[in-house]
Amino acid sequence: MSDAQSPTEFDPVEPNTGEDFEPVDVFPDSNDFDLRPGADSCFKCSVCDTNCPVAEVDDEFPGPKFQGPEQWRLKQTDDDYEIDDSVMSCSNCMRCDNACPSGVPLSQMHNTARGEYVSEQMDKFSIEYVRNRILANYRTSAAIASKVPKLANWGMNFGPARWLMEKTLGVTKEREFPEFAEETFREWWAARGGADASRRNAQQRREELGLDRDADKKVAYFHGCYSNYNSPNVGQAMVRVFEHYGYEVVAPEQKCSGTPMFANGMLDDARRHAEVNVSSMSDLVEQGYDAIASCTSCSMALRQEYPELFDIDGIDKVAENTFESLEYLRIHEDIKEDIQETDVSGELAEEFAYHAPCHARNQGLDRQSVELFRDLDGAGIEDVGESCSGISGTYGWKEEKYEKSMEIGEEMFEHMEHAEGEVGMTECPTCASQMEHGTGYEVRHPLELLEAALVE
Amino acid sequence: MAINSEVLVIGGGLAGLTSALKAAREGADVRLVSYKQSSLRHASGLVDLLGYTPDGEGPITDPYAAMGDLPEEHPYRRVGVETVRESMSLFDEVTDYRGDHTDTNALVPTHGGTVKPTARYPTGAAAGLASDDRDVLLVGLESLVDFDAPHAAAHLEAAGVPFDVRGETIRFPGDLQADAKITRYAKLLDTNGDVAVRGRKKGARDALAERVNTVRDTEERIGFPAILGDAHTDAVRAALEEKIGADVFEVPMGPPSLPGLRLEDALFEALDEAGASFETGNPVVDFDADGERIETVYIEKNGAKIPNSADQYVLATGGLVGKGIESDRESVTEPVFDCHIEHGEDRYEWFDGDAFGDHPFASFGVETDETLRPLTADSAVQFENLRAAGSVLGGYDFAAEKSGSGVSIATGYVAGENAAAEAR
Repeated sequence: MSDAQSPTEFDPVEPNTGEDFEPVDVFPDSNDFDLRPGADSCFKCSVCDTNCPVAEVDDEFPGPKFQGPEQWRLKQTDDDYEIDDSVMSCSNCMRCDNACPSGVPLSQMHNTARGEYVSEQMDKFSIEYVRNRILANYRTSAAIASKVPKLANWGMNFGPARWLMEKTLGVTKEREFPEFAEETFREWWAARGGADASRRNAQQRREELGLDRDADKKVAYFHGCYSNYNSPNVGQAMVRVFEHYGYEVVAPEQKCSGTPMFANGMLDDARRHAEVNVSSMSDLVEQGYDAIASCTSCSMALRQEYPELFDIDGIDKVAENTFESLEYLRIHEDIKEDIQETDVSGELAEEFAYHAPCHARNQGLDRQSVELFRDLDGAGIEDVGESCSGISGTYGWKEEKYEKSMEIGEEMFEHMEHAEGEVGMTECPTCASQMEHGTGYEVRHPLELLEAALVE
Repeated sequence: MAINSEVLVIGGGLAGLTSALKAAREGADVRLVSYKQSSLRHASGLVDLLGYTPDGEGPITDPYAAMGDLPEEHPYRRVGVETVRESMSLFDEVTDYRGDHTDTNALVPTHGGTVKPTARYPTGAAAGLASDDRDVLLVGLESLVDFDAPHAAAHLEAAGVPFDVRGETIRFPGDLQADAKITRYAKLLDTNGDVAVRGRKKGARDALAERVNTVRDTEERIGFPAILGDAHTDAVRAALEEKIGADVFEVPMGPPSLPGLRLEDALFEALDEAGASFETGNPVVDFDADGERIETVYIEKNGAKIPNSADQYVLATGGLVGKGIESDRESVTEPVFDCHIEHGEDRYEWFDGDAFGDHPFASFGVETDETLRPLTADSAVQFENLRAAGSVLGGYDFAAEKSGSGVSIATGYVAGENAAAEAR
């Protein structure tokens, strides 16, 4: 109890402001205010800060509470207030969202603040801006590189070139560039016969399963850049697993999900890509398709970041109908039982050290692979703990962030080394490259294991 | 189709975690869903059973003995004293907490310098008990303004503790920023990471011990704010004890709290070992019921509604603070299943004029039958497969009684046990 005197004299009375006054309606849906929705719900409990992987290793980083609600408060009182440059040290892991007991949309505030910082305050001729723009537009570089995959694989990891890239652009020379596949997912998909082939496969499979041949089971696959250019085997596994359950798959026109652009404050770039993605997805959603992603950052972008940041026609409908691939099967199929009844042998009969990506965590998906595969005979799966991998997409590629990124990842590397298996598993392609980089382990995607277990 | 389980627990606090753990240990297929991360990270990490009577008398020496005198509608009376003991054994089994050697409340100093009667405390707080008569040095950190060591020491002295207590404030080696996060301190100590002291690099544990040694007199016990590591807290404490040559303890802090985080980790780990499933980050927003039974609940994920079905449900969503109970100017409601909550019609009846008076709102919550099934306004069972546990329950004022954790553990235990029994 406090030492304060009990104010026993206090006698509450009805507000005496007249009968017409309704104090809860002071700000009826006004758009004039620049109060970020939710900023006033922050009561500074600082629990968001306990989730921030950057604040844990970097004394200079003021944490999510400052980046979000506090910057907005400062802007309210001072017209000349400029966004603090520390917002560029936020890695956009979005873990703070899940922590806030008041539902403050922290990552939305961070994305908005970063966007404003980059467009209003950052020098467009600075090396940092150019470098960030190149990193954020990975899809563009990947599209060119994948035309000449062998040359690109050699050139991107060619020592002197990498030294030059670090010196001139600030892209760390410590990392191996991801390898480009010789056949992209889309090339494979087209050669296989595209959507028509998938429809035939699905119909045939439905007959085998004793379902109605024309049952309404169809999904639109958002493969993202990585499973197109770098790991088409993940996209192929996704197609085969879904067809195994009798789903017709289509792979509509798509651009980058925008995740690396949000993280670098390139909101205009992100919007251009988002418009293409929403337009092709919303047409399909209208026709009864659900959108499926195999990369958890892609599903996060479609479900959360787009509707939070952009006002694009049809985006809410797309967000409502977007799912992560395994999550979708968990809702609609008896996948748990199917996994319990099967086993896996061969190349994927392994003990896996599983890391849940931050963006999976934020969708409540951090446990699903562990919980599903723990009942699978022939393979083992061990969660390597809740720490962030530290790479956060483009973050760990920046020369000045490299050390921090490895320091954040240290806990995960240690847990991986202690885990029984020597093969890693995760849904996120950049987490996978950090896992490989830190431990030398090969890393697989849950869909690959699912394919090995369910599809003969 | 839906994501299926036998028992679905809604809520990830102490009550939800205990009921999921109990149900899983009884052999049920259990799934726990929680809107946000567990509220345990807001909690001090101390586990109270009953510190004061509803009339404000105390501190109570033996909480079990005092439970018989509680009003009939109190959750402890609903579940019975023996069940409270059983539920505490389950808690003791899955944590490394102390205090289980006696029925008597322990007296633990808090960061404000008060002494709190509590039933269980983390190992890290053990050397700090107020019943111990060895002298104490409290060490505060300049950059950590939530703990003012000289002030806390003065308060403890005024509270009449049986030892001499002194507070000193030092700089955390490496001069962390004034707003450094508690996880920053914990990580540095966990890894014994390098900090710069007068231009030279040194391990954080060694450097901290050296600074304490410059202000220590002959005290045999040194109390720090609760920042001594996260994953390796025992090792951090042991290293400091060796270098200082005194017992080291943590003083529980306000939110965000590392002892709360560690307790959360221990309970989720136990739940994982028991084979249960869990998911955090998305709220339950809707449900389908067929007459007397709940069939499916819906979790919302950015607009997408994910169906979750179970045979039995446990509601452990918390009280007014945890948002398991909501109120506006007209009424008090339970937002998930719209369970009945008894409250006066005029909102001016919900509180007392005296700020420290006996506020009716503090005891608002759902009423239940003996098996913890919520009751309607006419005292009928609302859903035959729904139970409630923790601070969503009415009939007690946990803030005044210091009974929040105990009620959550005991009612969670009973709800989980009954749900598992029904599910099979």
